[in-house]
Amino acid sequence: MAPGEFLALLGGSGSGKSTLLRLIAGFEAPDQGRILLDGADLSPLPPHRRPVGMMFQGYALFPHLSVFDNVAYGLRRDGVARAEIARRVDEALAMVGLEETARRKPHQLSGGQRQRVALVRALVRRPRLLLLDEPLAALDAGLRERTGLELRAIQRATGAGFVMVTHDQAEALALADRVAVLEQGRLAQLATPMALYERPASRFVARFLGAANVLEGRASGSVIAGPGCALRPAEAVPDGDAAVALRPERIRLVAAAPAENGVAATVTDIAYRGDTWLVLAEAGGTTLRVTLPAGAAPPAQGAQVALAWDAASLVVLRG
Amino acid sequence: MRGAVALPFLWLLALVAAPLLILAVIAASTAADGIPPFALPTGWQGLADNLAVLADDPLYAAALLRALVVAGVTGALCLLLGYPMALAIARAAPARRPVLLLLVLLPFWIGFLLRISAWIGLLRDEGWINGVLLALGLIAAPLPMLYSDGALLVGMVHSYLPFAVLPLFAALTRLDPTLEEAAGALGARPAVAFWTVTLPLSLPGALAGFLLVFIPAAGEFVIPELLGPPEAQLVGRVLWTEFFQNRDWPLAAALALALLVLLVPSILLFQRLEARA
Repeated sequence: MAPGEFLALLGGSGSGKSTLLRLIAGFEAPDQGRILLDGADLSPLPPHRRPVGMMFQGYALFPHLSVFDNVAYGLRRDGVARAEIARRVDEALAMVGLEETARRKPHQLSGGQRQRVALVRALVRRPRLLLLDEPLAALDAGLRERTGLELRAIQRATGAGFVMVTHDQAEALALADRVAVLEQGRLAQLATPMALYERPASRFVARFLGAANVLEGRASGSVIAGPGCALRPAEAVPDGDAAVALRPERIRLVAAAPAENGVAATVTDIAYRGDTWLVLAEAGGTTLRVTLPAGAAPPAQGAQVALAWDAASLVVLRG
Repeated sequence: MRGAVALPFLWLLALVAAPLLILAVIAASTAADGIPPFALPTGWQGLADNLAVLADDPLYAAALLRALVVAGVTGALCLLLGYPMALAIARAAPARRPVLLLLVLLPFWIGFLLRISAWIGLLRDEGWINGVLLALGLIAAPLPMLYSDGALLVGMVHSYLPFAVLPLFAALTRLDPTLEEAAGALGARPAVAFWTVTLPLSLPGALAGFLLVFIPAAGEFVIPELLGPPEAQLVGRVLWTEFFQNRDWPLAAALALALLVLLVPSILLFQRLEARA
């Protein structure tokens, strides 16, 4: 991880993303391996000696302390002088627009205000690295997007490295510089959001992000004999068993299916999703997810349709 | 449905309100020969007379004060001993907690008088502790331990400790364990995290535990009688003397009412703490 980078750890429940965060913070001990920060191994240090801040999922604000004392807590532990504490806490609260609430107790704040207190409490000690455990999960959907953008602006302003755990792929893609996808405790892929979405490395990543179609078949001479269709990716495919990912939004309805990169299918289900229609179509024993713009008239259930896609939309999967 | 709601009220009426009323009536009576040994009140004069006796003789005020001091010290010692116990149980693996709580309550399985008698056997001049110390040659003559304030407090703490542990345990298990982790992530050593986060947040539970010991301990009669110094006149013993030896039921009832009035603020405070928890 680069200094000042915003990294997202993305995974489903049980993927090990929270455990990884607790390992970095020092609340769990690794069975083996090392945790390096600026070349120094953190593993032998107890949590309070690590130059790492943490924002907890439920915020873990101290209910008996005022907002000011919550934010000042870490500075007091560091032995910072009184006047300096007051200056830095005021400055931190001003950064998130909470100057007026300094004397209130956490239970007198709204959810969004509590979230910002937890953030500046972790940041005010200027840690080299800030760990965030589902920082937006407890917020209303309407507040989540704006708060996420504020989070990224604060990250850029402070220059601290952020490691954010999330199960929400849209959040990870929108905020992070790089995203690490975790699958059952293993790193499935680490890449920039665009690379991750456009070029998933494995079936798991392709399905987890954007629910891509994964088409299996046997490759021979750069053509894959897929389910009821011939797939010809733009890139070369080694002969043998092969799998490609195809995003639902890259599939078009056409008048007649082409010989390659197209298929005749039967619509099994349709669902309106506001901005798009989701169409499930069966071809060669495989169900394809297709999303169409909401403005277009969707095919009727049970209708025969012809589908087509560009060669460049097929991503050959390695795992 | 209506009957089910009425049941607790009947219970309170029969076992709390009615005895209190009888106590108040006796306190307003005048002592007389006969069975029962009092004449029913004709006005408020009887109560005024009894209260005047209580106020005039410093014996009663001293007995009330001494009972409150002993109860307060007992409560404080129970907290000091009970807090580490409650903390250890709250931090134990959830599967082991019921066993540990059972161990805290285990003394209740043995008869109360039997346990107090055991202390007599341990503490008296020819008792086990003096016997061992004499045999080891550490002392030349038996230490006078029984019938002292120390023996009194040992018996009180032994009997009332579980009442302090249980509310403390309840308060400590309610605390969010991530709060101490958050303190650690903010640079607090474990001891500092405990002192600045866990301890202040558990104070309502500690106060509840203290009051749960203090309130019944203030009226305790048996333990001071069996283990305490003979000259120590606690309110419980004075009550017993007035009631059974002097057969002055009205005065004893007035003294009991005075103790109840002194404990009312503690009881109200305890109820407020419980309502908030």
